[in-house]
Amino acid sequence: MALVLNEEQRLLQDTAREFLDSNAPVAALRKLRDAQDPLGYAPDLWQQMTELGWASIILPEAFGGLEFGFMGLGVVMEETGRTLTASPLLASAVVGASAILLGGTAAQKETLLPAVAGGELTTALALEESHHHRPHQIATTLENQGGEFLLNGRKTFVLDGHSADKLVVVARSSGGTNDREGLTLLLVDREAPGVAVTRTIMADSRNTSNMTFEQVTVHAAAIIGEVGAGWSILEPVLDRGRVAIAAEMMGLSLEAFERTVAYLKEREQFGALIGSFQALQHRAAQMQAEIELCRSVLLQTLSAVDETPEQLPMLASLAKTKLNELVKLVTNEAVQMHGGIGVTDELEIGFFLKRARVAVQIFGDTGFHKDRYATLCGY
Amino acid sequence: MSAALRRETLQQDLDQFRTAVRQWMEANCPESQRQAITPEEQFWGGRRGEFASADAKLWYERMRDQGWIAPEWPKEYGGGGLTDQHARIIKDEMKRINARAPVYGIGIWMLGPAILEYGNEQQKQQHIRAIINAETRWAQGYSEPGAGSDLASLQCKAEDKGDHFLVNGSKIWTTAADKCDWIFCLVRTDFTVKKQEGISFLLIDMDNPGISTTPIGLISGESEFCQTFFDNVKVPKENLVGELNKGWSVAKALLVHERKLMAEMGSDSPRKIVVPNEAAHKYLEFENGKIADAQLRSDLIDYNMQMHAIALTHFRTFEEKTNGIRSAAPLVMKYLGTEAEKTKSELLLAIMGTQGLGWEGDSFTPEELDTLRLWAMSKAMTIAGGSSEIQLNVIAKSILELPQS
Repeated sequence: MALVLNEEQRLLQDTAREFLDSNAPVAALRKLRDAQDPLGYAPDLWQQMTELGWASIILPEAFGGLEFGFMGLGVVMEETGRTLTASPLLASAVVGASAILLGGTAAQKETLLPAVAGGELTTALALEESHHHRPHQIATTLENQGGEFLLNGRKTFVLDGHSADKLVVVARSSGGTNDREGLTLLLVDREAPGVAVTRTIMADSRNTSNMTFEQVTVHAAAIIGEVGAGWSILEPVLDRGRVAIAAEMMGLSLEAFERTVAYLKEREQFGALIGSFQALQHRAAQMQAEIELCRSVLLQTLSAVDETPEQLPMLASLAKTKLNELVKLVTNEAVQMHGGIGVTDELEIGFFLKRARVAVQIFGDTGFHKDRYATLCGY
Repeated sequence: MSAALRRETLQQDLDQFRTAVRQWMEANCPESQRQAITPEEQFWGGRRGEFASADAKLWYERMRDQGWIAPEWPKEYGGGGLTDQHARIIKDEMKRINARAPVYGIGIWMLGPAILEYGNEQQKQQHIRAIINAETRWAQGYSEPGAGSDLASLQCKAEDKGDHFLVNGSKIWTTAADKCDWIFCLVRTDFTVKKQEGISFLLIDMDNPGISTTPIGLISGESEFCQTFFDNVKVPKENLVGELNKGWSVAKALLVHERKLMAEMGSDSPRKIVVPNEAAHKYLEFENGKIADAQLRSDLIDYNMQMHAIALTHFRTFEEKTNGIRSAAPLVMKYLGTEAEKTKSELLLAIMGTQGLGWEGDSFTPEELDTLRLWAMSKAMTIAGGSSEIQLNVIAKSILELPQS
């Protein structure tokens, strides 16, 4: 297990930071928001990102991937968290691609993965059905109609769902509403007949959508893995998504924290720099301590994806919990320590605050992951 | 000789040494000295020191004659004259057979190394050998009633009276001072300069007239700590360690040994530790495999996650050190570790309910009684060795580089 970055990963980090600083700073997100951009991300930026190999970072070389593993992905996700860069990286290149990679047929992998890696195709996971992450509480139905299937139901909070070419849909082919058994993963074109997608405008100015499936016809070739055995694919896919979003949250927290510490060193009140006040020093120091813990947890979880996957469920829940708590603490303190200017839209801290709240809900909030961790520990 | 060959020769030498140490330990460590030790069985030396058994005495004497009470100290003062690597092997081999430490004391752990570094020849001759021979038990005189976290503001003074110093004042948290023979003290020798610059390091014989010691009862029911008073105590000039007014440097060097000691003591606790997970299964109701009390379940998860993260951070600091990478992690560990210990104690009490609140008597198991006493003791962990607030000051200053008021 690696708890430090190697030379290659450090180099990737430098490249990513440099690229994002000059091509996709927080100001770029503000521009997309203010222009009410219909796509919600900049396609030419995404093209550049795929040219840098970021869309193929976790994919095997056989499918046009860089095969840099999750330690490499974590470095890039962290940097996109610092700049709040809007792109299909998480939804398509990590989550959607992992579903195909871990569960797909040879044909699905060969046709879809190189296209994802090259940025010509984007995917999205249509999973959630309520306002909380409940990955096996699925009411969307998939009925076998003698060789073909019919899909009916509604999904919400689909990351980058309004722009994805292919949707990975989680549907129930058998069993009760809360069963792990009886779930099936399948591929559906976003533009297929019977699919209706509505973009939802969220606090973080990023891209999610609601969608309905009405009598959508699905061919057997579009099923990922076996009918009814989707959970065994979905769970590791979600854990990969969890560690990736945790890495983004790490970058987000670091950036908000560093900006706040810098402000403590320049803002004067009562004739002194406010950073000299112990009331603020101790709160900043406590955040630093939490950051150190999160750093270790994140690195261990990233390396577990590729090296010790049997430890991933517990570590992913630990990582998501820790980062949920960190990102909430740091963004709240960032606003408070900036004082009045912290609640203005002019200051970028507000963008970090809002993205943090959405990120907390992605693939499980704190309560969800604490319960999962304890259940895995047997209490 | 090439570097590779030198390394190989060194390794052969260490392997041979290990074999010899192993054989010697097997032959010389009495069976009774190869099991966990209780606080009552520990031998602390000094004029009042007593062995708990004939075996304990035999084991101490054999180790002393071997030069292994302090294997890395110079031979001329009674040490083993060995390298750190060889000394490490002796410790490893003792651990392997679960051998007890033949003698305890801050003379060996903390003062000895400081005298070897800062003391003069006469001081080494007098004190190092006496420590190894367990003739002297030492107390530490640092904190004062008015100088805790702000140690450098200490007021216990030593006035220059020509051939001796005249010491007046008091020291607090002097561990087991009522059983000690000597005390090493930080005293003020100059009131006119910046506070760190007027401090000296003195060795004081506790048999001197004018010294008195009273134990301090603690909330845990123990009273291992004392307060020691100095009333016109005459201390010979030759008992000054290092230069006059340079005692702060000696104290800082000694602090390194103190931290090392605290780290080793943690892993060497004679008490049976109760783990929150096990306590939960023993004391709490479960429904469908989950702890029924939602609040306690949530608190237990928080604690376990924190400990998981702390353990991973220990691994990370080790890996960073091996790879020559500097990071902020080591500087936050005292704060996080001691706060987590306190949290653990609170959690255990909450899980045990009233069964965790027994003070004494047969209505409670020894583990239950111990849990309460450890809970009371845990309150000191975020105070001693630099309080949590001092740790946060250090993080703010040296990691975040925040302006100082």
